[in-house]
Amino acid sequence: MANINELKYTYSLRIADNAWILSHRLSEWCSNGPLLEEDLALTNIALDLIGRAQTFYNYAAQLEGKGKTADDLAYRRNERQYYNNLLAEMPNGNFADTIARQLLMSVYEYYFFMSLQNSKDETFAALAVKTLKEVKYHMAHAADWTVRLGDGTEESHEKAQQAIDNLWMYTGELFEADETDTALIAQGLGVDNPSLHSLWETHIKNVLEEATLRLPTADYMQTGGRKGVHTEHLGHMLGEMQYLQRAYPDAKW
Amino acid sequence: MSINTAPAIDDARLSKFEESVQRGDAVEPRDWMPEAYRRHLIRQISQHAHSEVIGMQPEGNWITRAPSIRAKQILLAKIQDEGGHGLYLYSAAETLGISREEMIEQLQTGKAKYSNIFNYPTLTWADIGAIGWLVDGAAIVNQVSLQRTSYGPYSRAMVRICKEESFHQRQGYEIMATMMKGTPEQREMAQDAMNRWWWPSLMMFGPHDSDSPHSSDAFRWKIKRHSNDELRTKFIDKTVQQAEVIGLTIPDPELKWNEATGHYDHGEINWEEFYRVIQGNGQCNKQRIAHHKKAHNDGAWVRAAAEAYKVKQAVKNN
Repeated sequence: MANINELKYTYSLRIADNAWILSHRLSEWCSNGPLLEEDLALTNIALDLIGRAQTFYNYAAQLEGKGKTADDLAYRRNERQYYNNLLAEMPNGNFADTIARQLLMSVYEYYFFMSLQNSKDETFAALAVKTLKEVKYHMAHAADWTVRLGDGTEESHEKAQQAIDNLWMYTGELFEADETDTALIAQGLGVDNPSLHSLWETHIKNVLEEATLRLPTADYMQTGGRKGVHTEHLGHMLGEMQYLQRAYPDAKW
Repeated sequence: MSINTAPAIDDARLSKFEESVQRGDAVEPRDWMPEAYRRHLIRQISQHAHSEVIGMQPEGNWITRAPSIRAKQILLAKIQDEGGHGLYLYSAAETLGISREEMIEQLQTGKAKYSNIFNYPTLTWADIGAIGWLVDGAAIVNQVSLQRTSYGPYSRAMVRICKEESFHQRQGYEIMATMMKGTPEQREMAQDAMNRWWWPSLMMFGPHDSDSPHSSDAFRWKIKRHSNDELRTKFIDKTVQQAEVIGLTIPDPELKWNEATGHYDHGEINWEEFYRVIQGNGQCNKQRIAHHKKAHNDGAWVRAAAEAYKVKQAVKNN
């Protein structure tokens, strides 16, 4: 049985990985947005997520107590040592794919951090309060666009529906609880993920209804992220992200 | 001039305009202005806006490879600032009676230009340092001067932009300074970037005063407050010292301090290269415009959706 700091380390790392990997995807939109305003909005969200990743990596490094830095955690691990949810690493696709990914993730994060505010771990609770402010904006942005795309033109409607349908199978693992979760839930330190599912689904359903979109019915759910078993996409992202850190291991930037 | 306006009235307006500019009054969007003044400003402001937007590409080229969390954060924030500058410069140009769509079309068809410097590629991480330090450094010298330009919306945009640009320049210099304190490979990378970006940065100020095609009206109307050569000298003077502090060599064997003028003298700029790149034959000219077109075209259905939704809502609310 892992001690409490090890559990909290894993937990903090997972939260940081979700933010770090998703921020990388969003940053890929830079200079590629459908309009300049949206280019800025997406990279703005990316910046919030990078900030979040940094604080949770810092906390993880501190809990681990091996003198590692946030950068070591962000840049010097291999594919199987990242614990983000698969949804976070899914490629940007078209604008509707990115918006769908952001909607599904932000609504989950909203309920997750609402709950984490009440953690008995003071650091988790304080970081959750801060994060929540940003998440509300991310969620509103994604919901606005979901409605505009869903209820816009025939083409945008189709693309938005396709995007939600394609990503749906990656939403199940957001609500899993493994041994780390269970142990932390028992001590009032972590979030009871399974209990968030119905809140999340109702919220998503309402947004989709307003957008004249259907809630997918497919029930196969792919999991693996929390065990470090990822999609083929992650390795490519890490190859690019880690290039300088790996090529010049002694260099400081 | 419209056909109904008597030339005498226009002459009177023109002299009133010239006097007002000479007094140092700001020209505001609703004021009467000569067509040539309006055209000059549209050309200059839209070119400035396009430069900010196209400049997002060479810098964006390194976002996904930024070597630390902090570096990524700062670079992304910087590029976002540039996009924001583009937005308010487009707005400033719109006050002169041109739409953003028209400006974008002019950019994509080559009718409007953007800063030549962005037709050069960013090959290593040190290029991100060089752009921040040298390219933004050169841009600031120019923009500080434009804070007092005669057209109100442009001048106010410049005041805001200058505040952010000085942060960008420090960011670039910090990247270079860190690398110069680093491993031999990092120092080599930094010097290589310096070698490739120095001369194109000097070209950013435009041709020598004697060869500058747009200058005389621009001076009389106080759009332009300092000459190309004055600004270039100012940039060189401050940059040489900054380079020395961190141990970078300026790639100009003829560069030397001139006691008599109190400025540095520099070697001959390769104007053949300057005009060649302006005319479309630089390494990245085609790539930058193709990238801009692709993003714009890929996003057409999104803009159409937003518009369709707006119309539907308007119908619902009526």
